[in-house]
Amino acid sequence: MGAFHSNPAEQTYRDLAEKTGFSVEQIWILHNRFKQLSHDEEMLRRDDFKAIPDLACNPIRSQIIEAFFDQRNFQTNSDGTAHEIGFEEFLTVMSYFRPPSLNMTQEEKEDLRRAKLRFLFNMHDTDNDGTITLEEYRHVVEELLSRSGAIGQETAKGITDAAMLEVASTSVGHMGPDDVYEGITFEHFLKVCHPFPAVKGKLQLILTAFVHTLFPHYRPRLYIGYTGVHWA
Amino acid sequence: MTSRAMTLAGLFLLLLTPGTGGSQVPGTDGAGDHGGPHGLDGHGANATNKAFPVLSFDYKHVQMPFEISLWVLLASLMKLGFHLIPRLSSIVPESCLLIVVGLLVGGLIRVVGEDPPILGSQLFFLCLLPPIILDAGYFLPIRPFTENVGTILMFAVVGTLWNAFFVGGLLYGVCQLEGTHLGRVDLMACLLFGSIISAVDPVAVLAVFEEIHINELLHILVFGESLLNDAVTVVLYHLFEEFAAAGGVTIKDVFLGIVCFLVVALGGILVGAIYGVLAAFTSRFTSHTRVIEPLFVFLYSYMAYLSAEVFHLSGIMALIACGAVMRPYVEANISHKSHTTIKYFLKMWSSVSETLIFIFLGVSTVAGQHHWNWTFVICTVILCLVARVLGVVGLTFMINKFRIVKLTTKDQFIIAYGGLRGAIAFSLGYLLDKVHFPMRDMFLTAIITVIFFTVFVQGMTIRPLVDLLAVKKKQETKRSINEEIHTQFLDHLLTGIEDICGHYGHHHWKDKLNRFNKKYVKKCLIAGERSKEPQLIAFYHKMEMKQAIELVESGGGVKIPSAMPSTVSMQNIQPKKPTERALPQLSKSREEEIRKILRTNLQKTRQRLRSYNRHTLVADPYEDGWNDMFLKRRRVMELGKKLNNYLTVPAPAPDSPTMARARLASDPQAWSIKPKSDSIPTIQVDLASPQSPDSVNMAEEEEGLMMKAPSSSADQKERKRDKEDGVEQQRLARCLSDPGPSAEDDEDEPFLP
Repeated sequence: MGAFHSNPAEQTYRDLAEKTGFSVEQIWILHNRFKQLSHDEEMLRRDDFKAIPDLACNPIRSQIIEAFFDQRNFQTNSDGTAHEIGFEEFLTVMSYFRPPSLNMTQEEKEDLRRAKLRFLFNMHDTDNDGTITLEEYRHVVEELLSRSGAIGQETAKGITDAAMLEVASTSVGHMGPDDVYEGITFEHFLKVCHPFPAVKGKLQLILTAFVHTLFPHYRPRLYIGYTGVHWA
Repeated sequence: MTSRAMTLAGLFLLLLTPGTGGSQVPGTDGAGDHGGPHGLDGHGANATNKAFPVLSFDYKHVQMPFEISLWVLLASLMKLGFHLIPRLSSIVPESCLLIVVGLLVGGLIRVVGEDPPILGSQLFFLCLLPPIILDAGYFLPIRPFTENVGTILMFAVVGTLWNAFFVGGLLYGVCQLEGTHLGRVDLMACLLFGSIISAVDPVAVLAVFEEIHINELLHILVFGESLLNDAVTVVLYHLFEEFAAAGGVTIKDVFLGIVCFLVVALGGILVGAIYGVLAAFTSRFTSHTRVIEPLFVFLYSYMAYLSAEVFHLSGIMALIACGAVMRPYVEANISHKSHTTIKYFLKMWSSVSETLIFIFLGVSTVAGQHHWNWTFVICTVILCLVARVLGVVGLTFMINKFRIVKLTTKDQFIIAYGGLRGAIAFSLGYLLDKVHFPMRDMFLTAIITVIFFTVFVQGMTIRPLVDLLAVKKKQETKRSINEEIHTQFLDHLLTGIEDICGHYGHHHWKDKLNRFNKKYVKKCLIAGERSKEPQLIAFYHKMEMKQAIELVESGGGVKIPSAMPSTVSMQNIQPKKPTERALPQLSKSREEEIRKILRTNLQKTRQRLRSYNRHTLVADPYEDGWNDMFLKRRRVMELGKKLNNYLTVPAPAPDSPTMARARLASDPQAWSIKPKSDSIPTIQVDLASPQSPDSVNMAEEEEGLMMKAPSSSADQKERKRDKEDGVEQQRLARCLSDPGPSAEDDEDEPFLP
């Protein structure tokens, strides 16, 4: 492993490690990447994200980029969107994707899972009113189908309606004909996501692979497949 | 035409019928001897004249097919019988019962004095095994399989190797001991025996695990292992067979063995993939000959298997690869009925095969020559168990370092306990050459004992053990649209994060593969419009279709069953101020298709059913029942309603089909039977039959499976309602049966009569 930076930086890294749960080496790697993306500046802007070539063909690119600038994800109890972010915010957002470490208690694991699902929820709830309305959900589906042209536009509506109906039915149960279902709240979201084991498993997986590839001498490159089905 | 044909046919038959003895037409006496093989001797006055046999018994020339059919019939009747006895099928797994039946039948045949047939390797490997494997491969759940492929490979390759060497080596040690009289068994033979006995058998695993409904992860792990270890088994078997004949082993041979393994495995997969692509490509052009679509699937898969076997590659892996590769493309191309046909034929064949295999195992036990050696057999059984447990525990320890979701002790126990041996081991043992392996009978006895032990003891006790240990069972949740959306969303999200990190990981490559698939492969292999259909939409349509069928089957529009047992309806979900939405544009061709369908539906007068033609899929006569049902109960679904309204009434706020259906389902009072009144133009729509047998309009049929346009709002004008309901039942009936009517009639008539 290469030499670390000078000591003040190391201290910062240790603080960050405390806060986000990454190890110091991982933070070092991520900082390198941050500097690469921001062309050695202190702050990262939206344009820097847009410049990443592989991201261009991702249908939900804009939502991913927005998630990095969404202040709700910075764990600072603030709202709104930032214009540019520093390394600490970058790291905080990335920390949503780390797997639970082995020495976590059940409660900590539960908190981590909740935080991850909150991150997902925030990605959908763009107007920050605490609920995912039909419009917002439709926007999500349209983005997913955004590469399909006209066919996608019309069926998006049908798909969204069906999906919304399902969520409402499973989370609320009985509503009179005049009640209006405002939207999916976070609690409903948790309930809906609960039986999707595949959904839960995936969030954890990415950073493990990331770590493996970046630290080849820590672990072999080949990592045996994972499954999301079993949730201990 | 018919009366003349009848007379002609009658004359023809009369001429062909040989005259019975004594009623010969006078005047043909002289020409007499062409009466048959038992021809008349002279002119009938001869005393040694044999009477013409009215009834004769000639079994020989139908013996083979007759016996085969009898066996298959026996197997099927047995299967039937088990499920009629109420308690039996819940205690004892079917495989055990079948083996017992086989034993009984074998005993019976022995008692009669005949020689009971043995499960020949030819019969087994070429006829009985492929249907089971194809069934497994075609319906393989791809996502859990690929997610666990690393674990599965570890178990399949390393686990099987470990088992083979452990059992073989220790058995050799046992054989060397004094007092066992087994000194003749040399190392190579022992290792060969070890490799035969160590492979987990897919047939047995399927048979047992099918009944215990264990959770998806464990199922795919054990089952995947049993499928993938075929390559290892094939290589080891041939390797040790060669070595046993040759006598010695060098390092070069070991190295060649490893190369051979890679060739066998990858070659098998390659062969399978090639045939799979061919099958997908063929299915692209079958739109005019729907009847033989399933045949292509079966034939190409079987050819893949046989081709792999020609080169001694792994036939099982070829079959799995073929089925898995061709499935997404074939399913996008074939009709709904063909899909159902393929599913049921595969299930039927694999079920019959499985039953026959177990029965034959029983019969072969009685039939074979056995050489029972207490030491050998007992040691084999014990060593197999021990090897399996040690192997699983050791491998899990290593694997858990790389898995996020670790395998618990309970999981390990089930995996170890589920390692059943079966007919493949027996057949491989049977193939051994008696000359090179004089102890073949002993081997066979030991193999059969192990099979019996695993199937009976482990098979019977696994179910109570699963309950006792409270292992997670299979979750019966249907895959919902929400889940699909979220899974896709997460896939893209994780790929995006990987790109931001600059890391080319699992998701990146999966995404690349998907994009390649969409851009190039789908265009080649899927016919027409479907090639551009994104996965989410395809899933949505499938779901809609399923719900529609469920709704109809549950009695027509009372309530959407099971999926939404709440009173939440779409009214509750709509926002308070509905936003004005411009009508989305349908593509021109799509609009034209829809128009065509509606026109043909609305204008059919009662058509007579065409004369029977073997090559057409005739509309179900049962459909008349649907007709009545719909006419009686006017609670129909909105599937066609929206199309109709879209094209004729520019509605202010278009609804989705789901919304309208949901409202309909939850509010049954809304659609009651309206009294007939003269002011409302009613349209008699009767079910159409195919007009020209050989042409089927595939565009319409495709339309029948996809619902695309949005519907209009609920406050429709009354005059539309009848028409819609009429269209409705048409559309629904068409959804349920193919084919649709041909397009060439009545193009120019007005939309409404």
